[in-house]
Amino acid sequence: MRRSLIIGGLLSAVFLLAALVSFVWTPYDHAILDIPNKLKTPNGTNLLGTDHFGRDILSMIMVGARTSIAVALVAVGIGMGLGIPLGLWAAARSGSWLDELIMRGNDLVFAFPSLVIAILITAIFGAGAVNAIIAIGIFNIPVFARITRGAALSLWQREFIMAARVAGKSAAHISVEHILPNVTNLLIVQGTIQFSLGILAEAGLSYVGLGAQPPLPSWGRMLADAQTMVSIAPHVALMPGFAIILTVLGLNLMGDGLRDYLDPRLRVARV
Amino acid sequence: MSLLEITNLSLSIHGTDILHDLSISVAAGEIVAITGESGSGKSMTALATMQLLPKGAQTIGSIAFADQNLTQLSEPALCDIRGNDIGMVFQEPMTALNPVHTIGRQVAETIRIHDPSISRAAAQEQAAKTLSRVGLPPDRFPLSRFPHELSGGQRQRVVIAMAIALRPRLLIADEPTTALDVTTQAQILDLLKGLAKADNMGLLMITHDLAVVADIADRIIVMRHGIVVEQGATDALLRDMQHPYTKMLFDASNHQVTLPETRSRQPLLQVQNVTRDYKLPRKTLFGAPGHFRAVNNVSFDLRRGERLGLVGESGCGKSTLTLALLGLEQVQSGVITLAGDPVFTGTRANLDVRRKMQVVFQDPYGSFNPRHRVDRLITEPFHLLPEPPTGAARQRAVDEALTAVGLSPKDAHKYIHEFSGGQRQRIAIARALIIKPELILFDEAVSALDVSVRAQILDLLAKLCEAYALTYLFISHDLSVVRTITDRVLVMKAGEIVEDGPTEDVFQNPRHPYTRALIAAAPVLPDRHQIPA
Repeated sequence: MRRSLIIGGLLSAVFLLAALVSFVWTPYDHAILDIPNKLKTPNGTNLLGTDHFGRDILSMIMVGARTSIAVALVAVGIGMGLGIPLGLWAAARSGSWLDELIMRGNDLVFAFPSLVIAILITAIFGAGAVNAIIAIGIFNIPVFARITRGAALSLWQREFIMAARVAGKSAAHISVEHILPNVTNLLIVQGTIQFSLGILAEAGLSYVGLGAQPPLPSWGRMLADAQTMVSIAPHVALMPGFAIILTVLGLNLMGDGLRDYLDPRLRVARV
Repeated sequence: MSLLEITNLSLSIHGTDILHDLSISVAAGEIVAITGESGSGKSMTALATMQLLPKGAQTIGSIAFADQNLTQLSEPALCDIRGNDIGMVFQEPMTALNPVHTIGRQVAETIRIHDPSISRAAAQEQAAKTLSRVGLPPDRFPLSRFPHELSGGQRQRVVIAMAIALRPRLLIADEPTTALDVTTQAQILDLLKGLAKADNMGLLMITHDLAVVADIADRIIVMRHGIVVEQGATDALLRDMQHPYTKMLFDASNHQVTLPETRSRQPLLQVQNVTRDYKLPRKTLFGAPGHFRAVNNVSFDLRRGERLGLVGESGCGKSTLTLALLGLEQVQSGVITLAGDPVFTGTRANLDVRRKMQVVFQDPYGSFNPRHRVDRLITEPFHLLPEPPTGAARQRAVDEALTAVGLSPKDAHKYIHEFSGGQRQRIAIARALIIKPELILFDEAVSALDVSVRAQILDLLAKLCEAYALTYLFISHDLSVVRTITDRVLVMKAGEIVEDGPTEDVFQNPRHPYTRALIAAAPVLPDRHQIPA
C-alpha cells in the first residue's frame, strides 16, 4: 500500500529532522543538570518533562536521535560496503570454493546471536559508540551478502548477462555494470529494515551500558536510567520508549512501502 | 445443437477491450482450433469458457454449454462443471502438475473432488485406467511416480489424464504441444485426436502453430485483436481463404527466403572431436561424482560465407555446443578454432577470436538490460575492441547498425521496453552486427516470435546476407525455418552429430533414422496454392 510508505516516510523524517535540528538548536542544553526541577511531568516549559537530574527530556531525545541514527547509518554502511561486494563476488563465482568460503563464512557469523558478539566486542575493546557501530556493522555484512548473491544468481542466468559475456566483459565488470543496478531496489528495501534493526541494536547495547557513554545521551541508556523510577515518574521511561517504537515502526513501514513501490510485479497487481 | 455455443461475447479487463463480439461453437466429437498471433485473445477465449477470468474482467454475451449459460452461473455451480464436464490442458506440463504429489494422487484427486463418495482405492483404480488410456500403463509407469521422474511428453500425458479422468464432454487445450519437441508433439496430437473421437468429446484447441492446426482440426477459427476474422471447415478454409489476414498468416508460416550464392570455400570455424562433460552431483559422501556427456566427439567445419543449420530436440547438446563455440565454457577434449585461432586458450576465452564472433539469443525480452538505452546496449561488443570508436565514429556505427536492421537512428535514445518483440530481435541483430563479426550464432533466434514477425526477421537475415556476406550458424528446433535459411544442416542427437549434408538433400533424402523420424513428425502446412479443389 502507498499509505504505509507515506506514514513510514513521515515518521522517519520527523526523527531525522529532530536529529539534524539538534546540531544547531535544542530547547535546553541536554547535559545541564537542574536538580530542583527533577521528574517534572510534561508541561509548558519542558514539553516532555524532565528526568531525575532535571535534564530536559525533549532535548535528550533530540540529541539521542543523533546517536541512534549515526550508529545505525554507519553500521548499515559497513554492512553494504562489505556485504554487497562479497555477495556479487560469490554469485560471479557461484559453485566454486570461493563461493563456499564466502557463504560459509556468512553462516558462521549468522550462527552467533548478534547481541552476544556485540557484548564480546565491546567487552574486549571497551564500551563506546564506535565499537557499537563496528559490532552492529559486522552483523549486517552477511544479510547484504546473502540477499545480493541470491538476486545476482538469478540475474546471471539471464540472456543479457550472456550477451555481456559474449562481449568479453569480465565477471567484475558485469557485476558492477549489469548486476548491481538490477538489485539496487532490493538493497534499498533491506537497507531501511537493517537501519531500523541497527537503531534497536544500539538501544539494546546502550541499555546494558555498552553503547554511547555519558554525557552523550542515548535512548537505550535513558530507558535503563528510568526503569527504577517507573512507578513514580513513568513518563521518563515512556518518552525514550516511544521514540524507539515510533522510529523503528516508521522505518519498517517505509521499507515495506518501498518494496511494494519498487517491485514492478506488485505494481502491476495493484493497478 | 452444439455442445458449446459462444454468442456475441465481448470481454474487457479494467476497461481494455480484449474480445469483441465473438461467436463460436463446438459440437460433440468436433475438433475446433483457434489460432492467431499473440494478443489475439485466443487464450482469453479459453479462460472465458472456463470462467477463470482475471479480476476486473467484464463480459457481455452468452457462453452456452449444454443449455446452461456459464456467465450466469454461481461459483459453486461452475466448480461442478470445471473438471467434470469441461476439462482443460495447459501449455507447460511442469508447472501444471504439483511437484510434491505423485501422478496417481493428482489424477485421483480430480476424480474425488467431484464425487467424494468414491473411495480412495476406487479412485486410484480409476486413475490407473485413465493413465493407461493416455499411454502410461501402470505396469511401466506406477502411480507412485513423481512428475520430475517423467519426461516432458509423459508429463503432458498426465495433465491430459487429469483433464479427461471424468470423461468431460468438452476438452480445452491451450497450446498443449508448444513446450514439447516435435516427435513428442506428434504423439500428443495423435492422443488428443483419438480421445476426442473415442469419447465423442468436443475439443477446443488453442495454438499459434498453423501446421498443427491444419493437421488436427475439423474447423479453424482465425482470431486477431479479439475479433474472429475468419472461420470454416479446415479443408475449405485452407483452399479458399477470404480474409487477407488469414492469407498473410499462412504465407508467413510457410515463408521462404532466397539466400544469395556463397562464394568462398575456405573453412572459417573448425570443430574437431569436441567433448563436453558435466559433473553430476555425488550420490554418496565419498563416491566419485558421475559424469553426463552433453557433447560427444563432435566435429564439423563451417566455411566462410556458409549458412549452417543445427537442429535437434531439447537436451541434445545444442546449447552446450553454443557455449563451447563462444569460448564461454572449457571443453574436456577437442579443439575449436576460428580462422585458425583457438577460441579458448589456457583457462580463459580468447578475446581476439571472440571479436570475430557474435550471438543472437532466443528471448527478445530477456536479452537486454532493462536499465540501459539502445545505443549503450548495442555498443556493448565494442568492449572487445582494443580501441573502441568514440564520439562521431561511435555514433556512425550505431546509426549504421540500426539502419541495417530496419530501425531508425533516432531509436538509439529509447529504452528497450518501448519496443515490440520483433523490434527487440532486430536490436539484438544490430548488437551482433556492430563490430562486423565474421561469424554470427543464432540460438533459436526466431523461435519466440509470432509468424508474421518471424517472416520479417527471416527476410532481414536474407537481406543482411547480401549486404554483409554473413556467415552464420543457425541453431533451431524448427525444421521449416532451418530449411529455408540455411545451405547446409547438421542434425544432432544425444550429444552427437548424426547427419550432415546440404539442407535440401537432407530434407529430401534423410539417411539417418533419427532425421527421418524428425522430418516425419514435424507437422507440415499444406501450400495453399496447391490444395486440390
